[in-house]
Amino acid sequence: MAILINETTRIIVQGFTGKIGSFHAQDMINYGSNVVGGVTPGKGGQTHLGLPVFNTVKAAVKQVGAEASIIFVPPAFAADSIMEAADAGIKYCVSITDGIPTQDMMTVKNFLRRFPVEKRMILTGPNCAGTISPERAMLGIMPGHIYMRGNVGIVGRSGTLGYEAADQMKRLGIGISTSVGIGGDPINGSSHRDILEMFENDPETKVVLMIGEIGGPQEVEAGLFAQAHMTKPVIAYIAGLTAPEGRRMGHAGAIISSAGESAAEKVALLREMGVTICPTPAAMGATVAEVLARL
Amino acid sequence: MDIHEYQAKEILSGYGIKIAEGGLAYSPEDAVQRAREIGGHIWAVKAQIHSGARGKAGGIKICKTHDEVEAAADYLLGRRLVTHQTGSAGKVCGRLYIEAGTEIAQELYFCLLVDRSSERIVMVGSAQGGMDIEELAVTNPDAIIKIYIDPAVGLQDFQARKMAFKLGLNAEVISHAVKTIKGCYNALRALDVSMLEINPLVVTKSGELIALDAKMGFDDNALFRQLKISELRDKSQEDPREMAAADRGLSYVGLDGDIGCMINGAGLAMATMDMIKLAGGEPANFLDVGGGASAERTEKAFRLVLADKNVKAMLVNIFAGINRCDWIAEGVVHAVRKIDMKIPLIVRLSGTNVEEGRRIIAESGLPIITADTLAEAAEKAVQARNEVVAKEAAGA
Repeated sequence: MAILINETTRIIVQGFTGKIGSFHAQDMINYGSNVVGGVTPGKGGQTHLGLPVFNTVKAAVKQVGAEASIIFVPPAFAADSIMEAADAGIKYCVSITDGIPTQDMMTVKNFLRRFPVEKRMILTGPNCAGTISPERAMLGIMPGHIYMRGNVGIVGRSGTLGYEAADQMKRLGIGISTSVGIGGDPINGSSHRDILEMFENDPETKVVLMIGEIGGPQEVEAGLFAQAHMTKPVIAYIAGLTAPEGRRMGHAGAIISSAGESAAEKVALLREMGVTICPTPAAMGATVAEVLARL
Repeated sequence: MDIHEYQAKEILSGYGIKIAEGGLAYSPEDAVQRAREIGGHIWAVKAQIHSGARGKAGGIKICKTHDEVEAAADYLLGRRLVTHQTGSAGKVCGRLYIEAGTEIAQELYFCLLVDRSSERIVMVGSAQGGMDIEELAVTNPDAIIKIYIDPAVGLQDFQARKMAFKLGLNAEVISHAVKTIKGCYNALRALDVSMLEINPLVVTKSGELIALDAKMGFDDNALFRQLKISELRDKSQEDPREMAAADRGLSYVGLDGDIGCMINGAGLAMATMDMIKLAGGEPANFLDVGGGASAERTEKAFRLVLADKNVKAMLVNIFAGINRCDWIAEGVVHAVRKIDMKIPLIVRLSGTNVEEGRRIIAESGLPIITADTLAEAAEKAVQARNEVVAKEAAGA
């Protein structure tokens, strides 16, 4: 099972023929992802990496049955690419692009909400490392070899911190059902809560590790959801204990701007909601192992 | 990116918002000249720094004579002002805004911002202007009016009217208030403003609605299409190290500790800093070198971290995905040799090509301390730092 993607998911790459798009498309193909083509406006009809290139996402959906897309388009044009994917009937889209203007993302979210829920494209990112269902499919830029297949779902904002978690788990022989990067921007496609809901409904996933950080309300909202609607244990680590107020820590979203947004406050609230807290970032794997042992 | 009050006022004035007459001054002589041009008997001499709460920090002087204007300007120019927003280092005032005094009948708070939880634009107002809004939110949340605006439809007149009436404005001022509020909204949308705050927005004794202060922050991600706004950047108001980092495509935030950090990825950087703290140390900085860290970039990152003289040990933590550990290792070895580093360096590499990376470090012959895991890296960094401090104490 896993969530969002598996070995049969038909994937296209938007920004396919560019340097970055080509590099990661090849990497995804090598991993075993079912990449069926790509889109670069003006290059339709060409073949790239042995796969067809289309001018529009619509054509890719029609001709090769594209279901999922990954976006490597520069920030100025990325919002447009996301909306094109949604309009063409893509079911799941990952936007890797970092640096999309916030107001563009507001427009994207508005556009997505106009579709009835059953036809609405799921978006994760932007500014994320993508999604991987280990040993089945990778829709992202992560080093695939550090992920082992198993029963733990991971959702997190940060790319490399997600790698760290996967690596700690692998060292302990713990595998992952799916790992989803939701990105470090203030307005993103899917929230921690949205992904928790998917994991709750996935038979393969037994526990979920949520890797959050300072800034914004999403971790606490996810905690409230877990408390009210989840049967599966949720484990969390919140990065940014040492972050000062009002300073942006790399991610556009990682800034403490109001009460309840610091790591300490989020941890206290999540603990009250019954979420198991990783005491340190070095203990993500060990904490997951403990929770798994109790099942 | 933030801009100065006078710049924000100039922009807002172009969107139909009324401001008091004023002018910019770089010297006490300028200041007096501006006061003369403005005329009247009362002027505000306002320090232009990128921070709120300037009044409390002594950055705004009310003057009744030209001599007072001159004295106030002389006092403020070049002065380092510390507010709760600037941190202990404060910000140096290099420009003044001289403004005509205003007879205030009513002080209001007004703000527009992009709200990340609703993914809409929210308009915030309060009849209790001039106050610290964060404080008010805690002590009297009912006094804060919030109206959400659907960006697809835009701000409607009735919403602006609703805000104006809730602010307790008189019927005569309502249409002007609507114009002011809509002007602010249009500026926010057109210029990729992330936050626009007018505190206070005042009703004068003659019944005019005036933006007595103005603060604007812009979305850094949108500056590529806001070239006129980019030009307003005042580098003197930014931390020179953070600026140098940004110019090199690195993300740096200086902190008060003494363990320097170089990490790839914002989340891992924060987590590593947490780990240092949990191991009993204090990080000197946040530094995300991002993906594709070349030898040149690594060297720049090293120089940036080591420019902070408080740094007593340095920790490099790289989880290579797109990066490769061997490239990072080569970059580190090159940087250490070139910079002739004097303090202990702890390196933890993980991910793509990690064996090769470790081999390069081991064979370099440099006294680099290596670590396998995040916990080990942080512990070794704190230990190394403590040894340096102990040695310094013994020497002194």
